[in-house]
Amino acid sequence: MDVVLSQLVAGISVGSILLLAAIGLALTFGQMGVINMAHGEFIMIGAYVAFVMQGLFGSGISLIVAIPAAFLIGGIFGVLLEQILIRHMYHRPLDTLLATFGVGLILQQVARDIFGAPAVEVANPAWLSGSVQILGTNVPWTRIFILALVILVVAGLSALMAYTSLGRRIRATVLNRKLAETSGISTRWTDRTTFFIGSGLAGVAGVTVTLIGATSPTIGTSYIVDAFLVVVAGGIGKIKGAVIAAFSLGILQAFIEYSTTASIAKFIVLIVVVAFLQIRPQGLFSVRTRSLA
Amino acid sequence: MSEKTRHSRLKAYAALGAAGTLLLSACGARAGDDDGNGAAAESCVDTDGDTIKIGFINSLSGTMAISETTVNDVLHMAADQINEDGGVLGYELEIVEEDGQSEPATFSERSDYLLTQECVAAVFGGWTSASRQAMLPVFEGNNGLLFYPTQYEGLEASDNVFYSGATTNQQIIPALDYLLEEEEIESLYLVGSDYVFPRTANMIIRQWSEEHGVEILGEDYTPLGSTDFTTIANQVASSEADAVFNTLNGDSNVAFFNQYNSLGLDADEMPVMSVSIAEEEVDGIGASNLEGQLTSWNYYQTLDTPENEEFVEAFQEAYGEDRVTSDVMQSSYNSLFLWAAMAEEAGSFDVDEIRDVADGTSFDAPEGTVTVDGETQHVTKTPRIGVINSEGLIDAVWEGELTEPDPFLDTYEWADDDEAAEFAEEAEEDADDDAEDE
Amino acid sequence: MTIAATAPKRGKLAAISAAGSSPGVPRPRTAYIGIGLIALGLMVLAPALLTPFELRQMGRFICYAMVAVGIGLAWGRGGMLTLGQGVFFGIGAYCMAMHMALEDAALRGEEAPQFMGTFGVDLPWFWEPFHSPLMTILLILLLPALLAFALGFSVFKRRVKGAYFAILNQAMVFAFVTLLVGQQATLNGSNGLSGFQSFFGFAINDPANRQMIYMIAAGLLIVMMLVAYWLMRSRFGELLVATRDAEERVRFLGYDPAIIKTITFVVAAVMASVAGAMFVPLVGIISPAELGVVPSIAFVIGVAIGGRATLFGPVLGAIAVAWAESTLAENFPSGWSYFQGLLLILVIALLPGGIASVGRYFRWKRAGSRFRKEAEA
Repeated sequence: MDVVLSQLVAGISVGSILLLAAIGLALTFGQMGVINMAHGEFIMIGAYVAFVMQGLFGSGISLIVAIPAAFLIGGIFGVLLEQILIRHMYHRPLDTLLATFGVGLILQQVARDIFGAPAVEVANPAWLSGSVQILGTNVPWTRIFILALVILVVAGLSALMAYTSLGRRIRATVLNRKLAETSGISTRWTDRTTFFIGSGLAGVAGVTVTLIGATSPTIGTSYIVDAFLVVVAGGIGKIKGAVIAAFSLGILQAFIEYSTTASIAKFIVLIVVVAFLQIRPQGLFSVRTRSLA
Repeated sequence: MSEKTRHSRLKAYAALGAAGTLLLSACGARAGDDDGNGAAAESCVDTDGDTIKIGFINSLSGTMAISETTVNDVLHMAADQINEDGGVLGYELEIVEEDGQSEPATFSERSDYLLTQECVAAVFGGWTSASRQAMLPVFEGNNGLLFYPTQYEGLEASDNVFYSGATTNQQIIPALDYLLEEEEIESLYLVGSDYVFPRTANMIIRQWSEEHGVEILGEDYTPLGSTDFTTIANQVASSEADAVFNTLNGDSNVAFFNQYNSLGLDADEMPVMSVSIAEEEVDGIGASNLEGQLTSWNYYQTLDTPENEEFVEAFQEAYGEDRVTSDVMQSSYNSLFLWAAMAEEAGSFDVDEIRDVADGTSFDAPEGTVTVDGETQHVTKTPRIGVINSEGLIDAVWEGELTEPDPFLDTYEWADDDEAAEFAEEAEEDADDDAEDE
Repeated sequence: MTIAATAPKRGKLAAISAAGSSPGVPRPRTAYIGIGLIALGLMVLAPALLTPFELRQMGRFICYAMVAVGIGLAWGRGGMLTLGQGVFFGIGAYCMAMHMALEDAALRGEEAPQFMGTFGVDLPWFWEPFHSPLMTILLILLLPALLAFALGFSVFKRRVKGAYFAILNQAMVFAFVTLLVGQQATLNGSNGLSGFQSFFGFAINDPANRQMIYMIAAGLLIVMMLVAYWLMRSRFGELLVATRDAEERVRFLGYDPAIIKTITFVVAAVMASVAGAMFVPLVGIISPAELGVVPSIAFVIGVAIGGRATLFGPVLGAIAVAWAESTLAENFPSGWSYFQGLLLILVIALLPGGIASVGRYFRWKRAGSRFRKEAEA
């Protein structure tokens, strides 16, 4: 019983990272159908923002400054990418995938040339050191912070989609672009804003991954496949789906890892997702769109 | 389908058939034939001019660039120093540099290029075991000379490779002895990345611990580059082992130590002995995360020898005051000087002649004098246990005796009755057979 | 009003399609002369002019070109972006490598490859079939076909579209590589299999044999190009393009798009597997590093740049990109990343038909806005 509870907690902790990495994609890929392979590099940008902020403000408050800064900078990169490249290819999702992969290559190299190939150190703030006992498991405060942040982000995003006029515009554009356009919604503006938020959230995810792992030019690549899987498994266009998928995958990983090894757990989780999508390609939840796609 | 296409299709079939017959008639030696197998190409090393070509092969791009560019830097420095002192046998060293791109296949292809196109006298480099094993057939097939600088998992002795880094009995076993004698451990937890070095190291540790009555409480592997240690750190913490033996590679260490520290563990309570963290890596992991933890190497930047002082000074002058030197860098530095000494001794750049004089060649290295063992082509090393300090450097706190290389652990009784030892004997016989063939 | 808001699900490529019948499929005379020239270049000129080292490199490029022919069919003609060719390439490569490793062991008079002895493992069951050369060849062809069928059919039957298919493929590659790396004792993990002596009984270090292996690879590439051309020109090929451009209409006409796509996917998988199998004797090593997510995308890059929907584009693109990488990356490791990234972006954004479509693109421009209007109507 102890093991079940402790692995449950571990799984939620793993899942919260997965969800943070994937939540931005749930917007850009899930809502807009854009496969942005550079999303991983936006996460990387967020991580380096945390590193630069640490240099400016010192470890401690830098984390608090870094989160909005990374959101803004990630968002700006996202809008630039959307404006320059992606908007010309909305009708060619597979080409977007390759072109943004090219963007990712370039961004990685830029990071390498600016910060060097080796990992840089982002120290955890003192007020997040140590751990707390939950259900018989020691959970580091950093993990609790990440979980709290992810809850905040999901709640904020859900509220935005449900209650604001921006959310209504986004949903209308997803459901039927032409009808939205004729109803007077500026779909260009909506696209750009959606992309800004999605990419900004990748930046925020980048700040949080510095709390648990290394900060190097290639960190984006270690999250991108998982992040896409979470969105696909959760069901396109549903934030709820991404949340459930991320935590399920995290918990699954934690339980398998407990009885086998991390490598085998990773393999089994991936195969389970692929098998699941063979049976239910639309993911956990699906959106009925009124466009013939 | 038109008559015309059918016709052309027939023609195509005919052409293919003809090509096939041609191919089959033009076949060469069967495998296992003497002339087919060991027919090493005649050396094409050019000694007519004032210069002699040597090759550097390091990953300048890809995931391993982090580590291997430092080796590349230090190799260039060594070559410059040798050239300033008049070169080797009066020849100036001319460097041909190749990028291994962190991919074994590239290492294989590029080393082939160095040996057969550039006709270099010797090649220096390689880091991962995968890259070394990929290059091995190329060097054996062309009778080339590779100087491999990294500490590694042992169980190998090729006639065409000189191993200037530590083998297991110069790094892993001293680390275990230290833990047993100085830390008085009774139990261990093994954590490693999923590749050959950690797996072999942990196999040796298991055999050792059986002999010495140390209990292994867990053995975990994570995929290379893995960043989630929630489960593993929890298991480590709840195992209450006396120490952790860490063979994690690269960035995974950051995630591991982050999780380890935030669970409230520390070096006093459960020390971590790492064998892949050197000065260069400490920087990225953060000295504050590592302070007080143990490492096992043969060289540290802080060593107090005149040779090391000179080495560190020269390196920082060339590449910047903020740069650090590490064990593998030092071993690569040594390897170039060892090769130069062998060539001077042999009076030739010929691979066979160099091999003949290799035994006993020594160099006053920053880590102390290292001597080549002609049989295994490894070098003698002094094992040292270090403690990571708050500045990110490592202070040696324990020093073993100068240790002869024993890549197959023949001299350790506890490793004897195992299948690994059998394999070792076989492999060594093979190596001897090869030597006799020549 | 912007293009993004109004354009139907058709690219410039589709617009180009409207410009002439069977776009990208050359006339028989052009096709056979072209294939003949490639055969001449690879099988006569290259062995005569290149040094043994360069020929070894060319052999590697030919393997990439074989994968590219398959991707050209599946992606260019069929619209399925296969980001998982590393899996099939790897299956072929490991099948061949296991057979060759067993041959070597037999030459030494041993039962199992050396690395297994390190961990005290006996020969695992899945190595057993590879004692037989015939069985090895059969498995190289059958295993990828079966896997591609299983993966493809259920996915296409449920009408999973391009993007999801690409991501699924990527997850497969990731899983495959994780599995391989974990198999230290049975497949030598991240070190992979290398150091081979014998290829179906022939000494691999003998220059004459090396040339023979190269010629077999080049011959296989030519055969694959012929197969690709016949497929393109056949009724099946037309259905494939139709499925790519308007899957619903094909279904309304009474065909099953799932079967059409699955067959193409299987053909592409087998081509990748054969390429992998030839990679091993040519390059002398196979390790998980050659098969991961990024190498699998790299397979596609050459195809995209050369011209995905054409006969010659994928082959020439794959060879050119591989060649550029080994010469440019060598001299400018950092510059190569920028160059490759920029080239990819520019070609994809401005010239989705690849370099092969430059001529057609200008003709299309000159033809005025007629087709463009058609395409955007």
